Amino acid sequence: MVSFYKKYGCKPCSILLMVAVWLASCLTILSLSFLLVYVLAQGLPYIDTNILDIKYTTQNLSLIPALVNTILMVVLALGLATPLGIFAAIYLVEYAKNRNMIVNVVGVTADTLAGIPSIIYGLFGMLFFVSFLKMGFSLLAGSCTVGIMILPLIIRTTEEALRSVPISYREGSYGLGAGKLRTIFVVVLPAAVPGILAGIILSIGRIVGESAALLYTAGTVAALPENIFSSVRTLAVHMYVLASEGLHMEQAAATAVVLLVIVLFINQAAIRLAGKLMKGNQNG
Amino acid sequence: MCLWVILPNGKSLDKMGKEKIMQAVFLGAACASIILVALICYCILAQGLPAVYQIGISDFFTGVKWRPSNDVYGILPMILGSVYVTAGALCIGVPIGILTAVFLARFCPAKLYSILKPSVELLAGIPSVVYGFFGLMVLVPFVRDSIGGTGNSLLTAALLLGIMILPTTITVTEAALRAVPQSYYEGALALGADHVRSVFYIVVPAARNGILAAIILGIGRAVGETMAVMMVAGNQARMPQGLLEGGRTLTTNIVIEMGYAVDMHRDALLATAAVLFIFILLINLSFTYFKEKAVNNG
Repeated sequence: MVSFYKKYGCKPCSILLMVAVWLASCLTILSLSFLLVYVLAQGLPYIDTNILDIKYTTQNLSLIPALVNTILMVVLALGLATPLGIFAAIYLVEYAKNRNMIVNVVGVTADTLAGIPSIIYGLFGMLFFVSFLKMGFSLLAGSCTVGIMILPLIIRTTEEALRSVPISYREGSYGLGAGKLRTIFVVVLPAAVPGILAGIILSIGRIVGESAALLYTAGTVAALPENIFSSVRTLAVHMYVLASEGLHMEQAAATAVVLLVIVLFINQAAIRLAGKLMKGNQNG
Repeated sequence: MCLWVILPNGKSLDKMGKEKIMQAVFLGAACASIILVALICYCILAQGLPAVYQIGISDFFTGVKWRPSNDVYGILPMILGSVYVTAGALCIGVPIGILTAVFLARFCPAKLYSILKPSVELLAGIPSVVYGFFGLMVLVPFVRDSIGGTGNSLLTAALLLGIMILPTTITVTEAALRAVPQSYYEGALALGADHVRSVFYIVVPAARNGILAAIILGIGRAVGETMAVMMVAGNQARMPQGLLEGGRTLTTNIVIEMGYAVDMHRDALLATAAVLFIFILLINLSFTYFKEKAVNNG
């Protein structure tokens, strides 16, 4: 008891503040667990064979086409954004002289991109990809839009991962006679893979959860796409449509469960990988 | 197919060429984000701002009526809606977020930390439609039954956003608190302050710039949030009548009407987007400013 007083104080003000701190943390954790338990409890009973049917009809409201569309969207968007983001990070870390103009400007623009709300991306995608480039409401327009959205995340995480590769790796490689390009691709990039992967996985989580940016770029057709110019709806959009119609709350809840499980699983994977990277650096 | 020409400096032309080409490719990729920001600015502002002039600057910003069918476009109700909802979200999210961050950084036992920290990260990953669904099913009935009104109200939206900005506030604040040198804390202890006092009177003030950055980031998230707000806020396009009445924000105004808008109506919506975009850019700038300041003087 004495040590408790010494550590936490016995003045009323200190006790009050400490109670406030504990209370706030409890509130945070309670709201999270309530949300999780509630969504799971609402949705789990409604995940049945109907909702997992391969074809969407107004009878079964299947989420499988939306799930497939989401996967396609993720693959396409990553295909566009990953090379661009990784190459940009390589330039920033390996080529640009410390703190030169381009590094600063790219840093500021990446931060700006990261701060733009998804509805603005959606409008931009609608104006530029859908109308100006005449892609129409399509898988392609949607994936271009979310590809831009995840670009800053990939640039930032790759940059961090590359910077955490010890300089001695590069010197060793140069010392053995390798050129700059070979050093980057054979020595530096493989060493940074866990960090880069963590960034990519986080971006997958963002794409899966995205709805506002896709509503006016990819559209809301609940069917499997014929080609990349078909309009599609992803899981998050599917869930929004069901919930806003107000008629199919059970199916919306079931979709929420699927969405939640995917996103939580993805985030856990990213956190594990990032942790692995930190550990690897401490050992090496 | 290699062209083995040995240059005076001993390197082959082929190898030099490849290096140069790839360097150009990397540079191009780095410039892509600059080009994209320019393109987004151009698209949103160039399409949106002319409509502002056409409607008339004062009519547009201070007009209290939004009646697209009569060609009356005033976005003051939406601006106020965004301001109310964001302010409400800050009142709920910021105190809880900062206190939780203090707890995580300075009070939390290690075992509890290994549960709490991942939970906060989970909270950050939940998609906004799922938050919206939760708001629709839980918060709306809760507000209707225990406080009053129809439940679809600005207050409900503020509550939901308050929860949604928690993870951002907590993560950034915690990082700021951890960046304060341990010697500050130890100095306070040595002068006879207890743990709570040292933390709240020395460590927290020392981290103020980082905490401000956290709050600004929270504002950015709250102003930009669309889907979750749309599902709980009621969305009536009129001047806010009170916390328990429904209202509409800038973001929801765009997403609700964009689907069927044509001509002037569409331009007015793009102008709304331009206003939102400028707000967000200002918020981003001040976030960068405080973040830099936090890095520079701790």
